[in-house]
Amino acid sequence: MTPSSSVEADRSLHLRVRALAGHRAVWPVVALLLIFAIDGVVSPGFFHIRVVEGRLFGNLIDILYRAVPTAVVALGMAVVIGTKGIDLSVGSVIAICGAVITWRIHAGDPHWLILLSALGVGVLCGLWNGFLVAVLDIQPIIATLILMVSGRGIGLMINLLYGGTNPSFNSPLLQGLSVGHIGLVPTRLILGVAIFAALWLLIRRTALGLFLEAVGGNSPAANLAGVDARLVKYAAYLICGLCAAWSGVILAADTHTSDPVSIGLYIELDAILAVVIGGGSLSGGRIYLGMTILGALVIQTLTTSILTSGLPPEYNLVVKAVVVLIVLLLQSNNLRGALYAGFARKTG
Amino acid sequence: MTARIEMIGVSKEFPAVRALERVNFRVASGEVHALMGENGAGKSTLIKIMTGALGSDEGEIRLDGRPVEISSPGHARALGIGAVYQEVNLVPTMSVTKNLTLGRQPRRFGLISWREARDRACEKLERLKVDIDVERPLGSYSVAVQQLIAIARALEDDTRVLVLDEPTASLDANETELLFQVVRDLKHRGLAIVFITHFIDQVYEISDRISVLRNGRLVGAGATADLPRLKLISLMLGRELKRTEERLAAAPGASEGPVVLSAEGLGKRRTMAPFDLSLRAGEVVGLSGLLGSGRTEVAKLIFGATRPDSGHLEVSGERMTAHSPRQSLRRGMAFCPEDRKAEGILAELTVRENIILALQTKMGWLRLLRQNEQEKLAEEMIRALGIATPDADKPVGQLSGGNQQKVMLARALVSDPRILILDEPTRGIDVGAHAEIVSLIRKLSAEGLALLVASSELDELIAVSDRIAVLRDRRKVGEIARNDITRENIIGTIASARS
Repeated sequence: MTPSSSVEADRSLHLRVRALAGHRAVWPVVALLLIFAIDGVVSPGFFHIRVVEGRLFGNLIDILYRAVPTAVVALGMAVVIGTKGIDLSVGSVIAICGAVITWRIHAGDPHWLILLSALGVGVLCGLWNGFLVAVLDIQPIIATLILMVSGRGIGLMINLLYGGTNPSFNSPLLQGLSVGHIGLVPTRLILGVAIFAALWLLIRRTALGLFLEAVGGNSPAANLAGVDARLVKYAAYLICGLCAAWSGVILAADTHTSDPVSIGLYIELDAILAVVIGGGSLSGGRIYLGMTILGALVIQTLTTSILTSGLPPEYNLVVKAVVVLIVLLLQSNNLRGALYAGFARKTG
Repeated sequence: MTARIEMIGVSKEFPAVRALERVNFRVASGEVHALMGENGAGKSTLIKIMTGALGSDEGEIRLDGRPVEISSPGHARALGIGAVYQEVNLVPTMSVTKNLTLGRQPRRFGLISWREARDRACEKLERLKVDIDVERPLGSYSVAVQQLIAIARALEDDTRVLVLDEPTASLDANETELLFQVVRDLKHRGLAIVFITHFIDQVYEISDRISVLRNGRLVGAGATADLPRLKLISLMLGRELKRTEERLAAAPGASEGPVVLSAEGLGKRRTMAPFDLSLRAGEVVGLSGLLGSGRTEVAKLIFGATRPDSGHLEVSGERMTAHSPRQSLRRGMAFCPEDRKAEGILAELTVRENIILALQTKMGWLRLLRQNEQEKLAEEMIRALGIATPDADKPVGQLSGGNQQKVMLARALVSDPRILILDEPTRGIDVGAHAEIVSLIRKLSAEGLALLVASSELDELIAVSDRIAVLRDRRKVGEIARNDITRENIIGTIASARS
């Protein structure tokens, strides 16, 4: 090989590495692999998967299992953030949802009606947020703050309807959604994948995704191009409300109780983080559903890893913050540029 | 005379493109130097290197004969190189004082001394002979005054070089004259002024020397008096220019096509006095008037982007109800807004997505255009309009202004309109693209499209229009028929309305 062609090859390799490093999926995947690598060293047997009582069992399955509620909420959040909005009320929607489910179980409603009322809560909350944002033109962070603050109170009031403070319940339906499995796979995981697929089809196989992103990118321009920005924003908050409601069903099923004060606490923050780790920008204009799932997995893997590593759970939040910070820094073009420049100076 | 600033053999390479190739550029003290070139010629890169926003790969810069290494915009300012960019980079909601002293507030005991800041702001404006209330928010002043304030901000006591990048892009004739008075004054004080513009007339009015860039190379430089227009334009384009200034032949019978749009008493309080206007198939109607005369308002009222509160509009004989951009699109209208950044492009979205958006909204959200159809439409438009982009999946925000303009036009055309409304279709784009868009307008009208073109450039309107509606102070004051369209007539009509 002549020297010049080797330089050429070197350069093309360099460019390819750079292009790869710039791809949005790289850093979350690297982070995930890194966490797994540390897990492998710290807790041997971390990756062990076995079949117990006819279902899969192991840390990896546990991560997927526990990630479902956050991931589903994060999907809805990704849609809202894509329209340059944000929905802080998802945790409260979950609380209301849990309260309504418990109430209706106590009232003796059939299974299908219980699920329908739960999703109905999501629809109503989504329409409410949509109304504030799209019609009254209130800034999304303020508009959804209203329901965020009041939602848990609404949950408590629903509990009072039939006298309980933290009423518990017993329901075969919710039991099934919580710990049930189809074949070897947990039911909620299959339903989670189905929700992802449905949402993906809705966004990418109709023009809804384009309209959502157009409204998020430049609302006046989208309006002049004939997009009904109001309707599109309604749709976004509606989708987010529905996702939160489904997450509420799962979380209520896990706890067998309506505890509006603590159910889904801070889930809005995890969801926003998942979107951001997945490369979504709070300035709107882009929706990455798959990447959002990846973001949710990074967060859950981290949590599970800290717990299994024997590190005191008190460390959880701080370690999580540090790792998230590192992932976000790696995604920053400015920082990457500076690192490359430093690297080039050293080698060149 | 030694040069105030001299750039010798400056080169700059970006990934995949050589932006500047050994360019020499010198500006003497007391000289207004026009830097000319098409989009992508390298003007911005040269200016960025001069003002420290970019480093150069090779070459040197001398300031008053002394070699300097300009490391950052702050350093450039310290050396006495000030710049005012095309888009006013100030904060409209803050007061003039705050805008003028932002980042360099005078301090007293560690706190900002607003009194001193105000004095300083007044002092800066006095230098330019601008007399305004510095406590009012910047946004409450006209764009022209804002532009002067931006210049005032760039000027320090020791400023030696001042770069003006498209300062007149959104000014009308009077405002431009006001700005030029300031520029001449600064010139007499010995500043070296670099002036970038797309307006050829203004170059001949104000500049002493001209440098022309093309594809990153300096292709010509000389005294303005020695460089006739045609020569300048052909240097910029790299080919002999057909005369675009003369009127293009109108399609015969353009004024006999069926009426496709008619507005009667359409108006909105405080925005536009009620007006009548009709458009025939195959006809180009121009909207002329000074800045603020209501050109954009007429276009937006007709498209439904501004909701009228009086009168009505008929499209193809049918009355428009629930007038909105959506409805207008469905009825076969399309609109290219004036403010590309705020109302036109979707910067994060790709060229393809931007182009198909209006057509997709017309089709509704359920029926998504298939991927290969989208690609086909985008490719067709990229080819037909000569949009310079490596591929259709590049975010539009990364294209140059002229190409963004073409993407907007492509979006309108793809929606297959019968009535096309263009508001300032050539704002901020280079000579070549300008000529292309003018001939495109003629071609579209020959195909039977009805066009409404609002423009601040008389020559452009004269070149394309079959009929011109003249506006003044948000009122329609007259219409000029095809055979009477001349510069003098238009100006006369605008002036005659003064009572």
